[in-house]
Amino acid sequence: MASHVTPPKTAGTYARRGLVVVYLFLLVAWPVGLVVQKTFDGGLENLQAAFSDPDVVFALQLTVYVAVWAVVINTVFGVGISLLLVRQEFPGKNLLSAFIDLPLSVSPVVVGLALLLAYGGSNGVFGPALEDAGLQIAYATPGIILATAFVSLPLVIREIVPVLQEVGAEQEQAARSLGAGSWQTFRRITLPSIKWALLYGVVLSLARALGEFGAVKIISGNVVGQTQTATLIVEQKYQDFEQGAAYATSFLLALIAVAALVVVTFLRPEESPDGD
Amino acid sequence: MTTEILAPPTPTPTGRRGRGRARTNTLTRQSGLGLGLALTWFSLLVLIPLALIVIQAADGGWATFRDTLTDDQTFDALRLTVEQSLLVTVVNVVMGTLIAWVLVRDRFWGKRLLEVIIDIPFALPTIVAGLVLLSLYGPRSPIGIDVSNTERAVFLALLFVTLPFVVRTVQPVLLELDPEVEQAAASLGASQLTTVRRIILPALAPAITAGAALSFARGISEYGSLVLLSGNLPHTSEVASVRILTYIENGNEAAAASVAVLLLLVALAAILALQLVNRWVARRG
Amino acid sequence: MGIEIAGITKKFGDFVALEDIDLSIPSGQLTALLGPSGGGKSTLLRIIAGLESSDSGSVVIEGNDATRLPAQKRNVGFVFQHYAAFKHLSVRRNIAFGLEIRKRPKNEIKAKVDELLELVHLTQWADRLPSQLSGGQRQRMALARALAIEPTVLLLDEPFGALDAKVRKELRDWLRRLHDEVHVTTVFVTHDQEEALEVADSLVVINEGRIEQVGTPDDLYDKPASDFVLSFLGPVTTLGDKLIRPHDIDISRYEQAATAVGTITRWTRVGFEIRLEVTPEDVLHPEPVQVVVTRAEATALDLHEGDRVWLRPQVGADQVAGH
Repeated sequence: MASHVTPPKTAGTYARRGLVVVYLFLLVAWPVGLVVQKTFDGGLENLQAAFSDPDVVFALQLTVYVAVWAVVINTVFGVGISLLLVRQEFPGKNLLSAFIDLPLSVSPVVVGLALLLAYGGSNGVFGPALEDAGLQIAYATPGIILATAFVSLPLVIREIVPVLQEVGAEQEQAARSLGAGSWQTFRRITLPSIKWALLYGVVLSLARALGEFGAVKIISGNVVGQTQTATLIVEQKYQDFEQGAAYATSFLLALIAVAALVVVTFLRPEESPDGD
Repeated sequence: MTTEILAPPTPTPTGRRGRGRARTNTLTRQSGLGLGLALTWFSLLVLIPLALIVIQAADGGWATFRDTLTDDQTFDALRLTVEQSLLVTVVNVVMGTLIAWVLVRDRFWGKRLLEVIIDIPFALPTIVAGLVLLSLYGPRSPIGIDVSNTERAVFLALLFVTLPFVVRTVQPVLLELDPEVEQAAASLGASQLTTVRRIILPALAPAITAGAALSFARGISEYGSLVLLSGNLPHTSEVASVRILTYIENGNEAAAASVAVLLLLVALAAILALQLVNRWVARRG
Repeated sequence: MGIEIAGITKKFGDFVALEDIDLSIPSGQLTALLGPSGGGKSTLLRIIAGLESSDSGSVVIEGNDATRLPAQKRNVGFVFQHYAAFKHLSVRRNIAFGLEIRKRPKNEIKAKVDELLELVHLTQWADRLPSQLSGGQRQRMALARALAIEPTVLLLDEPFGALDAKVRKELRDWLRRLHDEVHVTTVFVTHDQEEALEVADSLVVINEGRIEQVGTPDDLYDKPASDFVLSFLGPVTTLGDKLIRPHDIDISRYEQAATAVGTITRWTRVGFEIRLEVTPEDVLHPEPVQVVVTRAEATALDLHEGDRVWLRPQVGADQVAGH
């Protein structure tokens, strides 16, 4: 394996290493460090101020509520569709598998517009009928959940599909021949083999869901204390020259996202060689 | 035994070709129901709303479409978006491949930290990304570089948010690359440069292409990180996404849809490119 | 009783994997499905197990119609070529799996698993993970796992295919002894004719989705129903326009009524036997004929390379019309 070979270090090795380190330092590490530093400029003051602002607290709560719903929906949907894509044969499978990735490359603004066209209360296609039935989607929490679920939809699927393919169907078939039903097979055999990939996908989804901005800005209406999420309040606070609050909220959002990512990166066991 | 005819069996981790294990079943009633539910949800959430954009754009007729895109401000925004995305993609192809190379082939203290740094732009909320860049390259820059409200700001923001794409697509391929092939090339008298050019780059080409496609698509569609950083000045630092938002806020959904259709096409093209690359790689085994 | 298969057909797209298969597998015996890769034998085994559905036809296992039963209700033990070990479970938990699914009491499961561990000689490995075992050990674990549910029939799909030659031979003998002890109706798929002839009570030769012949190893070896069976079950050569086994040819240095006359052009000694290549003088059949004699025969007949010899089938030898 490539990783076991340590080629002799030449001047080129150090030049490449230096270039990469400087590039990443200037582009990512330093700016991120500065935000952390600015958050703690006056000790814990910024954080305390942010936490005593009811609008910020509400926005954070809404964001967490929305993110959890979006992640739950994407996990259930993601596991289901991955099993279908890998283990079953049906017409249109290749097309579906291509379209599944679409949400990752569609602009958040386009997502917002699309959802507005479908679920807008006054001139959306389904919106008016749903509102007559008492379900408001656009400019309300369900709309924010939809937008968030949309943008993070493929993340779970992209993580578990390759693992399902690699593991193969034989263990599941063996379980079935030993008398396990569909649910038992899934819980006892399939789930343990995809759990790390699933966890990783969930964390990625969570990070994406906490941070969605463009799509949510359009579909939520951005009403303070009602539909304003954490990312939206960062923009508003910054533009209102309350930069301390903007930095503090950003720091919290970044902390959750990056911490989750770091934990999973380090927890995830190295791919064990199966050695047969 | 018949699997080979239907679909190529997935190579197992050890490289054995498992007969029968890649075999798929035709739908049972249970999974048919699941497929129905999944498709309904996917249509309601993704397909129908996106189709409505196309319908909305077509509804406005050719005239609206043309007028929107030839509008000075919109045209400049589109041009800026495409130009900067292309530029960023080129930088990513070079730097992303280099970073992946260093992460795979070099060993040094703190490498694991670099791995985490690569993923930060992906994990960070886009609005926070903008804020982060402002802190070093904004009006109060400690190093005296202020790119805010210029097209440089667009370039910088796109460079930040697209950082992981090429790195993360090239890295696994590089890991799988058999160093014996390089040693063989060297033993046949190839210089290091020749080995890179004739052996390594061709092997990485599909992954680089895929990463570039993702990076370009992301660049075209970026919004959040630009809000605070670029200032959205018409003709200077305003990108396509911002134009769409302005049209929406002005209640001009037809014009918004016209620009959105273009972005949607780019997204579809990126997906298509990815599929083609994947298929090509699968065929080469 | 045993397994009754009637009118099974299976297509994958345009490819016909199995065509109108009728077969009856007797109870308590060890039956081999033998044939070349891609011939349909694994598909048939998977249809019996319910892992694959047939397009038409029926499967009856020990008197119960299983055609529409899902795999988990057939009470069939299935052993996969690549073991299909549950990688996240210890050897003990792997073997206990089917019993846990059946919600047997804990002490009963423990007793049964201990007994099986003993049977497959894995007692000291009970708490290891499958990745810590060798291929042969993993396959024994898979076998114990399949036996734990006390299956009505035991099905093995190329069970020794992924193992190296020595382990393969050991496991093969061991399977034979195990079967003599347990007596469960057993069907195994193999493309190795030696394995099939050595282990099985009866053989089913399958090629291109059809059954070529069913019978005991002796039947098939001595009375092949087609040139396919003849050539699949051992070495063959062409004498005149017929296929025949090289050791069934009568060779002589003296003129006699013969199918072919030719010259010994090659002489290879392998252990106790001598392999000869005779180039015939017949312009219609110029391909060399392979002849096998023992060393004693070669001495008695005074054969040497370059000799002119007369060849004919031995009395009572099988011959099948060649192409």
